[in-house]
This record gives sequence, C-alpha cells and structure tokens, in this order.
Amino acid sequence: MEFRTVIGLEVHTQVLTETKMFCGCSAAASDVPNTHVCAVCLGMPGVLPTVNRAAVEKTVMTGLALDCTIPRFNRFDRKNYMYPDQMKGYQISQYELPMAVSGFLDVEVEGETTRVGITRVHLEEDTARLVHRSGPDGDYSLVDVNRSGVPLMEIVSDPDITSPQQARLYLVALRRILRYIGASSGNMEEGALRCDANISQRSEDGLIVGPKVEIKNMNSFRSVERALDYEIERQRAALRNGETLVQETRGWVETQGITVSQRTKEFADDYRYLPEPDLPPVEFDEAWIGMISTSMAELPVARRDRFVADFGLSFHDADVLTDDVIVADYYEQAIASSGGHYREVATWVSGELFALARNRGGFEYVTVTPEHLSEIVTMVASGEINALTGKSVLLDTAESGTAPRQIVMDQGLTQVSDASIVDDVVREIVAANPKAVEDYRSGKQAVVGFLIGQAMKQMRGRGNPDVVRQALLRTLDNT
Amino acid sequence: MIKVLTALGLVDARRLLDNREISAAELTDAHLNWIDEIDEQVKAFITPMHEQARGMAADADRAIAAGEASPMTGIPVALKDIFCTVDAPTSAASEILKGYRSPMDATVVERLRAARAVFVGKTNTDEFAMGSSTENSAFFTTHNPWDLERVPGGSSGGSSAAVAANEAMVSLGSDTGGSIRQPAGFCGVVGMKPTYGRVSRFGLIAFASSLDQIGPFSRCVEDSAMTLQAIAGHDRRDATSAPVEVPDYLEELRAGVKGLRVGIAEEFSSVEGMEPGVKEACEAAYAMFSELGAELVPVQLPNAKYALPTYYITAPAEASANLARFDGVKYGLNIESDTLLDTYLRTRGEGFGPEVKRRIMLGTYALASGYYDAYYVKAQKVRTLIKRDFDRAFEGVDVILAPTSPTVAFKIGARVDDPLQMYLSDIFTIPANMAGLPGISIPCGFSEGLPVSLQIMGPAFGESVIFRAAHAYEQATTWHKERPALLRERADTTV
Ligand SMILES: [Zn+2]
Repeated sequence: MEFRTVIGLEVHTQVLTETKMFCGCSAAASDVPNTHVCAVCLGMPGVLPTVNRAAVEKTVMTGLALDCTIPRFNRFDRKNYMYPDQMKGYQISQYELPMAVSGFLDVEVEGETTRVGITRVHLEEDTARLVHRSGPDGDYSLVDVNRSGVPLMEIVSDPDITSPQQARLYLVALRRILRYIGASSGNMEEGALRCDANISQRSEDGLIVGPKVEIKNMNSFRSVERALDYEIERQRAALRNGETLVQETRGWVETQGITVSQRTKEFADDYRYLPEPDLPPVEFDEAWIGMISTSMAELPVARRDRFVADFGLSFHDADVLTDDVIVADYYEQAIASSGGHYREVATWVSGELFALARNRGGFEYVTVTPEHLSEIVTMVASGEINALTGKSVLLDTAESGTAPRQIVMDQGLTQVSDASIVDDVVREIVAANPKAVEDYRSGKQAVVGFLIGQAMKQMRGRGNPDVVRQALLRTLDNT
Repeated sequence: MIKVLTALGLVDARRLLDNREISAAELTDAHLNWIDEIDEQVKAFITPMHEQARGMAADADRAIAAGEASPMTGIPVALKDIFCTVDAPTSAASEILKGYRSPMDATVVERLRAARAVFVGKTNTDEFAMGSSTENSAFFTTHNPWDLERVPGGSSGGSSAAVAANEAMVSLGSDTGGSIRQPAGFCGVVGMKPTYGRVSRFGLIAFASSLDQIGPFSRCVEDSAMTLQAIAGHDRRDATSAPVEVPDYLEELRAGVKGLRVGIAEEFSSVEGMEPGVKEACEAAYAMFSELGAELVPVQLPNAKYALPTYYITAPAEASANLARFDGVKYGLNIESDTLLDTYLRTRGEGFGPEVKRRIMLGTYALASGYYDAYYVKAQKVRTLIKRDFDRAFEGVDVILAPTSPTVAFKIGARVDDPLQMYLSDIFTIPANMAGLPGISIPCGFSEGLPVSLQIMGPAFGESVIFRAAHAYEQATTWHKERPALLRERADTTV
C-alpha cells in the first residue's frame, strides 16, 4: 500500500526586541540567572502587563512577509496551566484572534516550488527556564526567570508539507525571511527558534488516515529532517503491519536517531483560554500597516532576482549571496565602490570571504570591510596586482585591518608585467632546473606549472601569471 | 470651632494644617491613639502602621513648612490590605500571602505617598476581596461601628469601618461587584467606585481584572472628590487605565441639581428580600431630588436583572486565572511535599479559604472546554446588553438613582452558610461594575437604627455629575452628620 505523508510545522521564535514582551526588562540572554527580571515578569501579586510595540511591529511585519492577512483586530488571551516555569500560572498568548492569518511561503525543492500555507502568526511570551539538578537530598529544579516574558512568535503552517526534506527547506526559507526583516536571529541551537512537527500518513486511496503525531525536541534543521524520516518509516511500518497508531506526542532522541512516546492524548489539554482582561484588544489602522509594510526590508527572493537582473550574476551566485542577509548587505556595499566589477566581487565574496568566514566561525566575524574588498578586486581587475597577491593582501587586511592599497605600496607588491624583467627571471629558473627542462622536452607538460611556480616564487608572487607563462614557454621552446 | 481631631474632614484639616494650627504629627497621633483605643472593638486593621505613619507625618510637616503642601499632605489615610505597599505587608487577608512583602507600591499608593499623605494602616477585607461582609477574611471579621454585632459590609469592610469609626480621615478600597459602595452603605459613609479605567489598578492584587476599580471612602462627598482627584488619571503601567483627562472634581461640586435629569429604574425599585425600611428611605431620597429641582425620569434597564448571574460567571472566571500564581513556589505560603502536584494541592488547599476555593471552582468550570461558550461567552454577551441598557438610559438622564443594598447591615454569621443570600446583597451594585460605570453610595436615612444608603450612578467618566448630585443631596440633609454611638463617649484632643 502506498502512503502520502502530511506534515505541518509549528515554529516558535524569539522576536528580536530590546525589552521583554510585557515589561521593561532586557530581552537579551544572560549567563547570570535571574538578573533580567522585575515584578512584572516574575508574576508578583498586583502587577499588570503592558504590550511591547516593537514586538507587535515585528510580528505584523513577519505576517506581511509571509503574505498573510493582518486582521484589523487582534487580542491577547490567557492560556491557563500551572507549572513552575509559568510565573503567573498562565501564559499570555493569542488564541482566537491572532495578529496574522492565511499566508504562504514558497519552498523550492530541487528546482520545484511548492506553496506551503501559513495558518497563523501570533505573539506570546516565553516561559522561564527550568534547570534540573541532583543533590545529596534528591533531585530538584532551579528556575531562571530571565527568559520569562521574552517575546515569542508562533508561526503555524498548514499541513501542506509532504516530505522531511521539504520540511527542512521550509524552515530554511522561513528563517531566511525572519533574519532578513530582523524579526528573529533564527538561531535554533541557542533556542531562539524551536520547531515542533505534526505528521501523519494517508493511503493514496484516502481510505486509511493515520493519527496525527506531534514530534518535539528537534534541535536543528537537520534533526527535523532525520526525525521526520524516522517517523515516516515507523508510522508506515505500523500501518502496513496492521498495528494501531495513537495520537500522541513523541520526542526525538538525537543520539539514538529515534522518536519515543512522551504522552498520549487521550484527554485533550484544556487550557481554559480566556480573553486577557489586563490588555484591551489591539486595533490596527490601515495606515499603520502600510507603514510597517513600506519599512520592511527587501525579501530574499526579490533580492536574488534583482541581483540577477541588475548585476548580471548567475542564478546560482545570486542565490548563494542572498542566502544570508549579512552577506547580501556586504555584497551590495562592496560593489558600490568596485567600478562595476559585480561578478568579480561576487566571486571573491563566495570564494575567499566564505573561506575566511568558515575559518572564523561565521560571516559576522569577517573583519575585512566591503570597501577594502572592493579595493582588492579593483586592483586585481586592473592588473595592478595579480590574483594571488590579492588573496594574500586580503588575509593581511583581515589580520591587520590595514587598507589593501597601503599593504601593496608598503610591501611593493605591484604586479610585474615588464617582459624584460620576467625574461631574466625565467632564464635563471630554466638554467637552474635542467631536469625539469628535460622532462618538458620528453613531453611532460606538467612541469610547466612547477616552473611557473618557481618563477613566481623568485618574484615573491608578484609576476603577471600570463606574462610569466608566455615567457617560460618561449624560453623552453627556444633553448 | 471646637472639633475632635479624628472627626475632622479634609477641608477643615487642610485649613488647620496649612495655617499651622495643628501639625500633621498631631493629627496622625490623634488617629493612631484612637486606633489603639477603639480598634480592639472594630477590628478594621490587619496591619496598623504606627511607625511608618509617624515618619510620613514628619515628612508632611516639613513639606507644609516648605510651602509644598498638596491637598492630601498630612491627611491620615487607611489602605485596604489588597494594595501593594513597600513599607508594610500585603496579605489580601489570605493565609497564602500572610506576611508577604511587595517589592513595589501600587500606583494609588505611590500617588498618595508623593502627595505626602499619611498611611495609618492596612485594613481588613474579605480574602482576595471575595465577599460582602469581611467574614471571609482569613484573620478576623471587622465589626460595624454602628452595631458591633453586625458586619461592616465587604469586601472593603475594614476601610469603610475605619472611616466610620474615625480611625482614618479617608481610606481606599476596591470595588469589583460593590465592594466599596456596599460597605460604605452598611457603615453610613461615602463610598465612590469610579469608572473602570479612571484609576490605575497597578499594584491592586487582582480579583476580577475587567471589573476591579479602586476608589475612596470618606465621611462627606467633598472629601470623596478630593481623594479621587489625588489618585485618578492615566498610568502607563496599566493598559486598561484610560488616557482621559481628569477634570477638577470640585469645580461643579456646588452646581446643585436644578434641571438635572435623574433616572429612576423600575428594575431597582424592589427585589426579593428588600427591607421596607430601605425602600422607604430610598424613595424619600428620590423625592428629595425632585424637591431640589431635579427632574425625575423613569428609565428602563431590562437586562440589569441578569447582572448578578453574569457577574458570578465573569468574576470567578477571571479570578481562577488571577489566583493561579499563588502556587507556593515563588512567595507566600509554601507547604513542600514530595511531588509538585502535592505541593500545589496542599499549599492552595491550606492557603485559600472556602469562598476563594468556591470561586476558583466556579470560574474553572465556566472556562472549561465544552462549557466556555455556554457560560463565559454568553455572560460576555449579556454584559454587552447591560452596557447598552445603561448607554441608552444615559441618553435621557444625567444620573440614575438606586438603593445601594437591599438591606441594612446584617448580623455577623447570619449569612455565612448561605452564599446565595450573601451574593444578593450586591444586587444593586453589580450592574455598574458590569457596565464599567461610576457609582457613589451616600447615607440617606436609617432603618432599625442602622444606616441606609443611596446609590447614584453616572455615565462613563461622569464622576463630576455624580459628585454634584451627591453633594446637593448631602447639603440638603443631615444623615451624613449622624455618627455611631461608639464615638460619642470620646473626648480626645480638640481644637
Ligand atoms: Zn521584567
């Protein structure tokens, strides 16, 4: 029997704001527990919440970026459940009237685009963090309230996702958008972005519909894909063997590569939602939404297409450069002073700078300014220095922060293209390597590279590679 | 004029303080000494604040000497023990918060402190303001100064009794379903519940957030207006506080009621269990308005009769969420057990009294999946209808009159076993809460030797016209000048 997989994703992401959702405390993470706290986020008796405008703006912006409708009215609700990570005994969330509804996100899998519906985007507050410990007197838990009240956005997809790979790419595309508009850092490892998945199976003839299983504890995009792969096999095997699947929540165990049952949903959770009486309903006017819309940064797909159209980049290069908003911004700053060397700058960014970024643990740690990169690219393009020199200057600039042109001047790195100088060097090299010359004569073309290398070394890398090659071939052929 | 210091009203006290005929320290001491003497019988205070009060009085005297006095400077004020204060415990009259110290002042406390008022103590209330008699206080019941065997009303019974017994010049209470007006009525003082949003709720331990509102108790209408003036106004820490300008409440206080259209609602004329003495006194009060030149206009409030049942859905629903934070983990009572659930169950089981538990259960039920639409949602729809009734009525009248409560103060213990009977004592006050409207309770006569009170309701943010009508009636009558026998025997400092 053939099955189709039905997947819906629920993403929780911390909204990038200075302060918490309902109080003035810093929303930044802190290594020192219970330092970013006040009476409000501690849920002390008598306190009242006040809404963080920036969080509302970024949530609406996210809704707009996902082509959602922004309803005129939205409302906060209390989601009641008692647990020590919940300072008030309820979480302020949005239930009936979320901030954004009915949007979509296009996900490309191997060149094919699938449209995944966005059910809703709503705003809520994060919980405190519990740290479980063991001591001589038994197990205990500590509460760190720093995270309590940090703005959290929930983005719920329609069950339109059909494969684990698509699920991962949906997350990649979503995170890219969130980072582009500055709504979230999207950092899954740090817990700033969390994902739960609902997954079920349906037979092709539609006669068998498996129960919905919720998967939690997936800590990276990769583990989302792996967990769903595992779950599909588990569910299908069970259905084929005529076993009964139950509606339940399962946790992904990364180390073992399996999901395990956490609890069955015989009884639906009753959160006893009620409209939050401490916060009047929010009403947006059209003009305000328009303002948010115009202030929104260009989205990744639009930017990629513009890079192709305006800068003559290949689709692939444009895609690579626009994947991360920091890179795309960097690229645009660099080309501004590059005298039209759009493609050359693109090559340098995706080649040398990416290598540098890998070594340093991220593009944000690349210290070469876009202007300095542009200087190097311009010097190479004009033949002032050769590409090899350019690369070493780049590393030098990255280390010292000195302007590339200054380095070239100080170290006399200007490219040598003067044929008479190059000829002298080449003659010396040929004379010093009789064995190589013999090999060349016997047809071993590979030694040409070796000899060019020797010549370049002699010239401290400054030789014009083309001039050197021509001089060498001329010399070899004429001796 | 010869007057006992503790019997002074705000206007006289202000003049004497500003003319340096008395000091804030003297005024404060007179009140503290009287509390020491009389509160054994009245039991208005959970926490008297002798030491803090003397410090505040000294500050007030310095401010007066420096010419920086405001209307409330040096005035002895009692606070319901449900307002957070940094310098005294805040218990909400509950075991679960016994000895709890708040890290902050409520906004109303902060404003009075900034005005250099003097806090003489924190007063008794029904636990978490749930009740109509103070009998639900976890600590003790307050006694009505008019008859110590009777309740002072509730939940702000401590604040009303303190003012009635001259233990404070004015006091603050909170009113969710009548908790200011009903005890004011039972104790024969003036109690004002402002429009929802008029006074910040920040630092008020929440009972039902969409209904709670803070207001003053005093012995005359002018004092009520002056005290409200000091606490009213927008507060950015309370999103439900209205960014509406606060008028000068004294400006039209003396404008009289000539030409004022005064609404009388059939729905408030009689209910089951209404005492004839109350009905008579109130009807006489209506007639007095007519005599004073007001025009009596019949109004219809057909949905007002649903206010009580919808209130007992809405308020407990909100309370069930508001009280969830008391879990023994962070502050207050903690009975540690082997499991988290047992810690919750035992802490809350022992920390909350029976009425609080009853309301948490009512509210939890009303919000439960499958019941939510039938109870909570329906109650909110009815609430909208009640609000519309009032909106329509206020198109034709300036104020609406009603009794404050269907009975005079009842005997301590008389209704504790019958919650429904207890709930009925708020039947005339709850509609204003459900509609978010302001209302005042003022003395309008006596029945069985106990005060009867008249309620005057107004449109949203119509506190000025309410004060004006109340003041006109007060000036034309002498009810507010009657004092409990308890006070007659005393002779302390006079000026
Ligand atoms: Zn905070």
